[in-house]
Amino acid sequence: MKNIIKLFFLIFLLSSFFTKAYSAGEKLDLLKIDWSFKGYFGKFDRGSLQRGYQVYTEVCASCHSMKYLSYRNLAEEGGPEFTEEQAKAIASNFEVTDGPNNDGEMYTRPAKLSDKFVMPYANVQEAKISNGGAYPPDMSVLVKARSGGADYIYSVLLGYEDPPEGMILDDGVYYNKYMYGNKIKMPKQLYDDLVTYNDGTVATPEQMAKDVVTFMAWSAEPHLEARHKIGFRALIYLIIITILVYFSMKKIWSRIESEV
Amino acid sequence: MSDHNYVPSSKIGKWFNDRLPLLTLADHLKEYPTPKNLNYWWTFGGILTFCLITQIITGIVLGMHYVAHADYAFDSVEHIMRDVNYGWLIRYVHANGASMFFLAVYIHIFRSLYYGSYKSPREVIWIIGMIIYLLMMMTAFMGYVLPWGQMSFWGATVITNLFSAVPFFGEGITNWLWGGYSVDNPTLTRFFSLHYLLPFLILGLVILHIWALHVPGNNNPIGIDLKKPSKDTVPFHPYIVIKDLFALLLFLIVFAFFVFYSPNVLGHSDNYIEANPLVTPAHIVPEWYLLPFYAILRSVPDKLLGVIAMFASIFILVILPWLDTSKIRSAIFRPIYKQLYWILVLDVLILGYMGAMPAEGTYLLIARVATVYYFLHFLVILPFLGKREKTLQVPLSITEPVLGGSPNPQMVKKRERT
Repeated sequence: MKNIIKLFFLIFLLSSFFTKAYSAGEKLDLLKIDWSFKGYFGKFDRGSLQRGYQVYTEVCASCHSMKYLSYRNLAEEGGPEFTEEQAKAIASNFEVTDGPNNDGEMYTRPAKLSDKFVMPYANVQEAKISNGGAYPPDMSVLVKARSGGADYIYSVLLGYEDPPEGMILDDGVYYNKYMYGNKIKMPKQLYDDLVTYNDGTVATPEQMAKDVVTFMAWSAEPHLEARHKIGFRALIYLIIITILVYFSMKKIWSRIESEV
Repeated sequence: MSDHNYVPSSKIGKWFNDRLPLLTLADHLKEYPTPKNLNYWWTFGGILTFCLITQIITGIVLGMHYVAHADYAFDSVEHIMRDVNYGWLIRYVHANGASMFFLAVYIHIFRSLYYGSYKSPREVIWIIGMIIYLLMMMTAFMGYVLPWGQMSFWGATVITNLFSAVPFFGEGITNWLWGGYSVDNPTLTRFFSLHYLLPFLILGLVILHIWALHVPGNNNPIGIDLKKPSKDTVPFHPYIVIKDLFALLLFLIVFAFFVFYSPNVLGHSDNYIEANPLVTPAHIVPEWYLLPFYAILRSVPDKLLGVIAMFASIFILVILPWLDTSKIRSAIFRPIYKQLYWILVLDVLILGYMGAMPAEGTYLLIARVATVYYFLHFLVILPFLGKREKTLQVPLSITEPVLGGSPNPQMVKKRERT
């Protein structure tokens, strides 16, 4: 028994060693906040998700797409959990191209729950030419696509500063403390009271950053709550059955004179 | 083997068994005499079988929803993560399962190195095992390409480009592998096809691996030949089955922890960016389980020699039974080998760490030293050590070290009763 504890301690050490080796790229200390979705019982803060959607749609969506989200997702369990009516109302604010109809024509209609989020640009080229050559990345899985995850994006959103002396920036390039290479083509977006929250939350840049990053974290991992819930049950189940099997093993091996 | 004269008790069983002796096989597997002193390092064979089957089952389900096309692969993976019922679970089990598979296989290989399980008469088991390991690396590499993220694409580019180092035919080989002039849709579709095929080859080889194991029987921690069956052995069922199950469950706890609470920690964040041939990631790193070989590859300045060194580092493992000249199997009775073994473990860990670091400055220097030591260990130290090392007294049976030579009367009685 002592051996096996040693063994699994070693496995743990080994895996944490490689995990560390793997993520050794990031050096800068990111701004860290207490995300509600971290930890074994982590859940999204519904209010924050709904506010985050508001920030996305009022601020980010003019340049950034979220192509893997559908309007129906806004009403699904584990997400912002808007009511179905609210989600329908949100969808109907957007126009989508559908067709061809029986006359062979394409036509526009208000979006339905089953439609994907409408993209701000028709294609990558249009996105680039509208943004000084920089492509605003799709935000659906962005939290998972950056090392540092939610903390990193939160930090970048709040990391705008005047460039250090002697650093000359081209037109349309901004200094950001946390951005890789410190240069970013997105100007600072979040200013006090940029949006007006329905629930009366004060819209400070920190609050908006937190809300929109929470929304992005959900969009990157829409089944996170189910995962945490099932994971907890699975672990409890595994631990109980392991203990039972351990005692069965002891019983069986007690028939012979040998350690197990 | 003791079970040749097995006769099924039922009439229909006997009728069937005379025509296809499956029941004899089942009885053999049940009664298979196993050394009773096997420690938990020996449970990883069963764990690996479980890993393979898990990968095959989850993989088949993923294959139902995945689209092997450069334009749709990334989207189809997101579709699995979002819209397929429990798709996220199946994919995370599959992705982390690959890592757990390699974790287990490394422990399995290093167990064999410590206890000398590769030595006569088990060379064929070892060689089949090495072929399985090689196929596993190929399968895992191609599997990592399928999500068609940035690391998929650039990892595939770097690894397939290795073959361009081959003199004269290099370019031809790479173009043949790619199905074009760069990594593109034809590469993705063939990798998908092979990624589906190779696991079944592995399965076949695993059966041969176990078959080859059942001829001489298991090695054991003290590495001596046993009389089978005897008081040194126990029947596989229930003794080993329950012990393997217990170890598997502990392993599953670690596995579940990764799947449910840090499913992306073993992958690279860049792989959630869709492949873009025009943007090269800052650091191209393979999956963690390939890092030691990647470090060896990069520590040689010449490309062709680097590739040769990388393949040689695996090939010398294949011929290890003949490189290690010591007649004593277990490191327990080889005081010097025991220490060198742990140095080798450390050396491989260092290589793995260096493989994740940029190949420059001190990192490169350390990687080079570690590479040289790796080859030194197998090609110089082991052949020499086997002839010179003063080994300790090896016991004659398993019961001897435990009971001090005198048979335990109670135990004999107990065995008679069963």
